[in-house]
Amino acid sequence: MLEALLELRGLRKRFGGLTVTDDVSLTVLPGEIHAVIGPNGAGKTTLIHQISGTLQPDKGAVIFAGQDVTGWSFPRRAKAGLARSFQITCIVPGFTALENVALAVQARSGSSFRFLRPARSEAALNAAAHAALDSVGLGQRAGVMAGSMSHGEKRQLELAVALATEPRLMLLDEPLAGAGPEETERLIALLRSLRQRYGILLVEHDMQAVFALADRISVLVYGRVVVTGTVEEIRAHPEVRSAYLGEDEMA
Amino acid sequence: MSVNLLLVQLLNGAQLGILLFLVAAGLTLVFGVMDFINLAHGVQYMLGAYVAASLGVWANSFWLGLLLALPVSLLIGLVLEWLVFRHLYGRDHLSQVLATFGVILTVDDAVRAIWGSAPLPVPQPEGFTGGVEIMPGLTYPTFRLAIIVVGLLVALLLWLLVDRTKAGMLVRAGASNAPMVSALGVDIGKLFTLVFGFGAMLAGFAGALAGPVFAVTPGMGDAVLILAFVVIVIGGIGSIRGAFIAAVLVGLIDTLGRAMLPDLLRLVMDASSARQTGAALASMLVYIVMAAILFFSPAGLFPVRRG
Amino acid sequence: MRARLRLILPLVVLAALAAAPFLGFDSSFAYTVLSRAMILGMGAVSLSLLVGGAGLVSMGHAAMLGVGAYAVASLDAAGVTDALIVFPVAALAAGLFALLTGAVSLRTSGVHFIMITLAFGQMAFFTASSLSALGGDDGYTLYGRTEWLGTRLLENRLAFHFICLALLAGTWLLCSALLDSRFGRVLRASKENALRAQAVGFPPYPYRLVAYTLAGAICGVAGALLANATEFVSPATLAWGRSGELLFMVILGGAGQLYGAILGALAIVLLEEWLSHLLEYWRLAFGPLLILSVLFLRNGLAGITAMPKRRRPSGKPAALGQEADA
Repeated sequence: MLEALLELRGLRKRFGGLTVTDDVSLTVLPGEIHAVIGPNGAGKTTLIHQISGTLQPDKGAVIFAGQDVTGWSFPRRAKAGLARSFQITCIVPGFTALENVALAVQARSGSSFRFLRPARSEAALNAAAHAALDSVGLGQRAGVMAGSMSHGEKRQLELAVALATEPRLMLLDEPLAGAGPEETERLIALLRSLRQRYGILLVEHDMQAVFALADRISVLVYGRVVVTGTVEEIRAHPEVRSAYLGEDEMA
Repeated sequence: MSVNLLLVQLLNGAQLGILLFLVAAGLTLVFGVMDFINLAHGVQYMLGAYVAASLGVWANSFWLGLLLALPVSLLIGLVLEWLVFRHLYGRDHLSQVLATFGVILTVDDAVRAIWGSAPLPVPQPEGFTGGVEIMPGLTYPTFRLAIIVVGLLVALLLWLLVDRTKAGMLVRAGASNAPMVSALGVDIGKLFTLVFGFGAMLAGFAGALAGPVFAVTPGMGDAVLILAFVVIVIGGIGSIRGAFIAAVLVGLIDTLGRAMLPDLLRLVMDASSARQTGAALASMLVYIVMAAILFFSPAGLFPVRRG
Repeated sequence: MRARLRLILPLVVLAALAAAPFLGFDSSFAYTVLSRAMILGMGAVSLSLLVGGAGLVSMGHAAMLGVGAYAVASLDAAGVTDALIVFPVAALAAGLFALLTGAVSLRTSGVHFIMITLAFGQMAFFTASSLSALGGDDGYTLYGRTEWLGTRLLENRLAFHFICLALLAGTWLLCSALLDSRFGRVLRASKENALRAQAVGFPPYPYRLVAYTLAGAICGVAGALLANATEFVSPATLAWGRSGELLFMVILGGAGQLYGAILGALAIVLLEEWLSHLLEYWRLAFGPLLILSVLFLRNGLAGITAMPKRRRPSGKPAALGQEADA
């Protein structure tokens, strides 16, 4: 068996009296898309926060590529190859698409304490940034201000930024949220093309997308992993059905 | 240093702390509730002192002047709020800083034009001109003691007001979550005006009290304002309790530092350099303490949780 | 179009300053006013690097000016007057002061940062007032201007005018280069969206601290020039009102453009001179003008010439973007 790229060991997090992450253990293998699904309020985003380092768990460990990164800051983990996207679009609106990506390229190519040479004319940075934009289909939009792009384009741009950091693992927090049907299809195709090259931990509400993409699925309910399995196993699982039926009734 | 002298300095420090608290309380509430940084709050303190002194001379009574200064301070605060501040509530802090800085420049010069640049004579508080023997052989000015007592009473009143009344509850709720409070159907605009006027009145009250102790000059509010900022930064912005504790702390540190550092340094260096270094160090002391506290707790001693 | 204006307008202003002595502005008074405007312009450009570039609203920038000026004074008192020592020392001293106070201040953000920089500025002010060896409250009069390789070059009015101008232009070019560099890109990204910068691996703190230190050092050079211009140094050099004035220059000119600070400095220094000749209590007019310009001139003087910028969705300028850190 392959060594896990990411391993969560007994993560726990409480907010006041509420346990939002309850003894979560799971792994993401290299080249695997591992989806985490669950009803609203199950603690999916909180889990992502703890993996990326924007929140500290109360207990447990985050092992990334064989290293215990539990005490590392968010930027440090990012630099080590743990890229994350956000549920709410997170780009630099006043930068062009190219500069958004070039910023990420810059993070992994030498020091950024360089003060006089114009970054805009660094050919190596721009070439890598163009390549990342091409790979998400935004090649033609490099010069556009990120703030004025459509919602779907911004999500693609975020993926390009994540790719440009040359991550080993990507944490994607609802990458399809708010995308129209056409954009969704494009994004699913894009995610599919990324599989094998990166490990991906995917949090997503769109079940069709999850079932189409995931190698394994974990179901999170009230902060606890109820079951982990393949797509077929999850589809057939009674608790999953009840959890989702329950959510439908609530909705 | 003798015990007597130490006691006097402790009382002086407490008195400075109390005055700082009266200024800082309004500042911290205004910031907490309205997310509004008001550099011109020191102006209220200065105007309180000027109005009380002028009216005191006119009425030939310090106390009457003090009493009349309260509604006048309130009125000035409301007028400034109506003219300038309310147009700044939705703006970024940078605009607030600059516009209120403009208010300071204007009012400081207006005070110079009206009252002149020289210190204003202040009538002595009748009935409180003597001293009280607090220890055998040690008298302390009665008026300064009165400031401490009155200040403590006001602090208590303020605490009751904020902690025990409905308006106070709204103020506290507004400080942590303004949208929620307005969702409850409370007129946030009215609450803002109320808090603002109240803060202005407290600062004016502090200025009026300070008149007989410190010099009444144009710009007297600026130094107090910055110390009040130090107080609310140390105490945690929006927290009355934090402001009180930090104000007394700052008052004591500043006063004791100035009184004792030169003497302490004389133990390790010669007299003249001890005097110089001591004076320099004493004037930095409050800020060094602030830096140290913030280094360990960037949100101050009693951070107010924001929703 | 906008890019071209960004280059042309500052060049026009600098050229006008270069031509001024030959167009009749060569009285002692004109030299004094112009050099003052250029020196404060340097300080304002360095502050604009912080405000516009990094989103750091410092209300204590005059302290950097003061540290530079006091470096000149204390070297003067020690008999050291060579520019090759004096100016580097002024820059280093101000940079060191910025590094130490910035290390604490930058742990906070938003309005805390404003208040703490104000408090540190005040600390510097009171320290200067208590330096009895340098005159305390009364200030210190220099024996003479700083010397250049043993010559009294800076005493020559025209030479001093062009030294100020060269340093102002150099400051503008240096700060522009800083903002365009890799470093500046991280700084600007952290200002607009700190989370984004962190997500690709850039913690904002070290970049902001370096920016704060550099801005301090640059302003220290301006302070050294200011001491030379007046041949006098006093705590008033670093009074907190001066910090407010510098901030006003940045905002009046337009924080989005570095050269806006030069426009702002010129406008304010000239306005102050004009008003103070006209009125005894000139701040009675200056204060309301300041308030009105904040309320109504949202993009500053540079904003009048530039094409209208798109409004941010939040309606707030990004000047306090660092508040997004939490």
